[in-house]
Amino acid sequence: MIRTLLLALLCLGLAGPARAGLNVFATLPEWGALARVIGGDAVRVFVATHARQDPHHIEARPSLIARARQADLVVANGAELEIGWLPAVLSAAGNRAIQPGQPGYFEAAAQVALLEVPVRVDRADGDVHPAGNPHIGLDPRLLLTVGAALQARMAALDPAQAAVYDANWSAFRTRWQAAIDRWQARAAPLRGQAIVVHHTAYPYFTHWLGLTRAGTLEPKPGVAPGSAHLAALRDALAGQRVLAIVRPPYAPEGPGQWLAEQSNIPLLRLPISVEQSADETGLNAWFDGMIDHLLALRR
Amino acid sequence: MVFKHFPSAPLALALSLVAVPSLAASDAELDDLRAQVRALRDSYEQRLAELERRLARQAALASAPTAAGEGPRGFNPEISLTLQGQYRRMKDIDERHISGFAALADHDDHEHGGERGFSLDHTELVLAANIDSHYRGLVNFGIVDGEVEVEEAWFQTTGLGHGLSLRGGRFLSEIGYLNAQHAHAWDFADAPLMYTALFGEHANYGNDGLQLKWVLPTDLFAEVGVEIGRGAKFPGTDRDVNGIGSSAIFAHLGGDVGTSHSWRAGLSYLNARAADRHSHFEDVGGEEVTGDFTGRSRMWIADAVWKWAPDGNAGARALTLQAEFFQRREDGDLSCEGEAGSACATAVDSDYRTRQRGWYAQAVYKFHPQWRVGLRHDRLDPGTRDYGDNNANIARENHTPKRNSVMVDWSPSEFSRLRLQLARDQSMAGETDNQLWLQYVMSLGAHGAHSF
Repeated sequence: MIRTLLLALLCLGLAGPARAGLNVFATLPEWGALARVIGGDAVRVFVATHARQDPHHIEARPSLIARARQADLVVANGAELEIGWLPAVLSAAGNRAIQPGQPGYFEAAAQVALLEVPVRVDRADGDVHPAGNPHIGLDPRLLLTVGAALQARMAALDPAQAAVYDANWSAFRTRWQAAIDRWQARAAPLRGQAIVVHHTAYPYFTHWLGLTRAGTLEPKPGVAPGSAHLAALRDALAGQRVLAIVRPPYAPEGPGQWLAEQSNIPLLRLPISVEQSADETGLNAWFDGMIDHLLALRR
Repeated sequence: MVFKHFPSAPLALALSLVAVPSLAASDAELDDLRAQVRALRDSYEQRLAELERRLARQAALASAPTAAGEGPRGFNPEISLTLQGQYRRMKDIDERHISGFAALADHDDHEHGGERGFSLDHTELVLAANIDSHYRGLVNFGIVDGEVEVEEAWFQTTGLGHGLSLRGGRFLSEIGYLNAQHAHAWDFADAPLMYTALFGEHANYGNDGLQLKWVLPTDLFAEVGVEIGRGAKFPGTDRDVNGIGSSAIFAHLGGDVGTSHSWRAGLSYLNARAADRHSHFEDVGGEEVTGDFTGRSRMWIADAVWKWAPDGNAGARALTLQAEFFQRREDGDLSCEGEAGSACATAVDSDYRTRQRGWYAQAVYKFHPQWRVGLRHDRLDPGTRDYGDNNANIARENHTPKRNSVMVDWSPSEFSRLRLQLARDQSMAGETDNQLWLQYVMSLGAHGAHSF
C-alpha cells in the first residue's frame, strides 16, 4: 500500500505543473524587488525575509524549503550574510538548479567590490564576514551593477523572455539613475555629518552619501552592546556633533535609547532593506525615507 | 559564348548594382534600390544584434558557475569541532535503566545514565564539503578516551533534481524530530526518556544504508522519505545477512502561519529485526537474569514542533513547543538464562510480545537575546509485556517512568552555550533522583547552518 502511494506521489511530482517564466527565490527584499523590476509579469518572485528580520539569523523553516524546491533562480545576498540558514534550505530542497555553482544560484555581493574586508578573520572579533561587509543594498549605485548582472543571468536562464528582461531593465536603469541623482542632490547637506550605528550595517550608505561613522553600539559585529562599552562610547562622543544613532528595525531599542538619553543624540530607526512592497515603489520609498529622516534631524 | 553578345536581364541587374553610376536609371528605380539596400542593412543589423545577444547570453551562462566566488568561500572542507562537558550531581545508582523497557546489557556503566561529578562528553569533529558537482559528503566523529566513533559518514546527491536526494553511508535516521540532531543541538542536557528507551544509550537511531527523500513541489512543505539499512543498532541487532536489516519511512509537513508562527509535523515508522538481543531482567525473586530476544521491533513516532518568533525575528524573543509520541510493538521469542538459584537457572524459551508507548513535551522560551529557559515533561507507559512461559520467571514491574526537567541556558554568541539543568527523574521504580547539571557546549570552526 505504502509503495503504491509513494509511486503515485512520485509520478505526480515528476510530471509537475507546466509553467512559463522564472520562479525566483530572493533572500532579501531588495533583491526580490530587483528581480521583479527586471522580470515584470514574466516572473514570480518569493522573498524569504522582510526588513524587520535580522537577515543573519533566519530559521531554515519548512516553508522556505518548499519555495526553494520550486525555484529556478535563487537571488542571494552572499558574502556569508545568509550562511546560518540558506545552505540548510538549499541542501534540503533537492533542487539541482539552484545549488551554488549552478547558473540558478546568483549572489549579489559577488558582483561588486566589498567594503570592510577584514584583515584577519577571528571569531574573537565577533561575527565577521571574511569576504567583507555584506550589506551592499544600501548603496543604490551598486543596485545598478547587481541588476545588470542579474538581468544577464535571468536572460540566460530564460532566453524566451530575454528581450522583455532587457527592455524592463533598460527602462528601470534610466529611472533609477535619475533617482540616484535626485537623492544625491537632496542629501548634499548630509555630507560630512557623523552617525553612530547599532550594527555595522550602513557602511555602503555612509560611503555613498559621504557620512562618517562616529561609533558602533555593538562592541564587535553581532555582539550585543554591553553597559561598559556603551558608557565608553558616551564618553567618546561627548563634545562631538553627531546627527543620529541609527539602528536597524530588528535590533533591540534599549541600548540605542540609553545612549540617546545620555548623549542627547536622537535615535533613528533606519531599515537596512526595503520595508514596503518588494518592488520599484518599495525601493524608492526606502531611499526616500532614509534621506527624509536624516534631513529632518538636521533642521 | 552566348552571354557575351546577349546579356540576360538578371545579369544586367547585377551589373547595375555593381556599377550603378554608369547606368542611367530613373529616380523611381534609384529609390527602389535604396529601399532594398536599406531593408538588407536593417535585417542584417537585426540579425547581428540578435547574434550578439545570444553570444552575451551564452557567455553569461558559461561564466555563471565560476562567477567571482559565488557560494561559501571558507575552508574546503568545512571543519567544525564541538566541545561538550559537564558537572553532574545525581544519586549513586548501580545500574541505571528505565523500568519496564528492555535495554542492551553490554554497555559501559559510565556511559549509560552518566558519570557523576565532572566529566567530558564526546568531542565532535565534523568535516563536510562538496565532493564534486554531483555529491556532498560529511563525516562526524565522536571522540572519547581511546575511541573514535564514526557517528555519521555519508555522501548525498546534489544533482538529482525534482526534489529528490539520495544519501548513502552511515547517517542518523530522520524518523521523529530529534533523531537526526546531534547531542550538541539538543535543548536540554540529555535526551528525552523516550529516545533513550527506544534507541539506547546514544538516544538516536543511526543506520548504515541508503536514504531517499523527496520534497513535493508544493507551497506547503511536504516531504517523504524511505530508508533501508543494516539495522545493527538497538532495537535491532547486527544479524550478518545479505538482506535489509531495518527499514523506515517518514513524512513531514510544515509551513508558516502569518509572519510569526511556523510549524512542522511528522509521522515515521521503523521496522527492525533483532537476533539474540541481550538484555538484563529481574526475575520474580529479584535476581538478575538475562533475556535474549529474537524477533521484530516496529514503532510509530508522531512528532510536532511549533515555533513562534514575534514578526519572524527570533533574535530577542522566541518560543518553541515540541512534542513527540511513540508506540512500539515487539514480537518474537525470548530465551531466559540465569545463574544457579535464579528462576532461569535452566534456560527457558518462550514467546515475547510487548506493546509500549511514551511521549515527551517541552517548551523553550527565549526571553533575552542570550537567555533561554526550558521545561520538559517525559512519560512512558510500559504497556503490556507478555513473556509467555517466562511470565512465571521474569518480574514485570508496573512502574510508569517519568521525569520533569527545567533548564536555563546562556549563549553569549551562537558558538557558545552554558546550561544549568535541574531534573526530577523517576524513570526507575522506587527511585526519585534529583539531578543537577552544569553543561557547556562550544563550537569552533566552520559555521554550520542549522536545520529547523
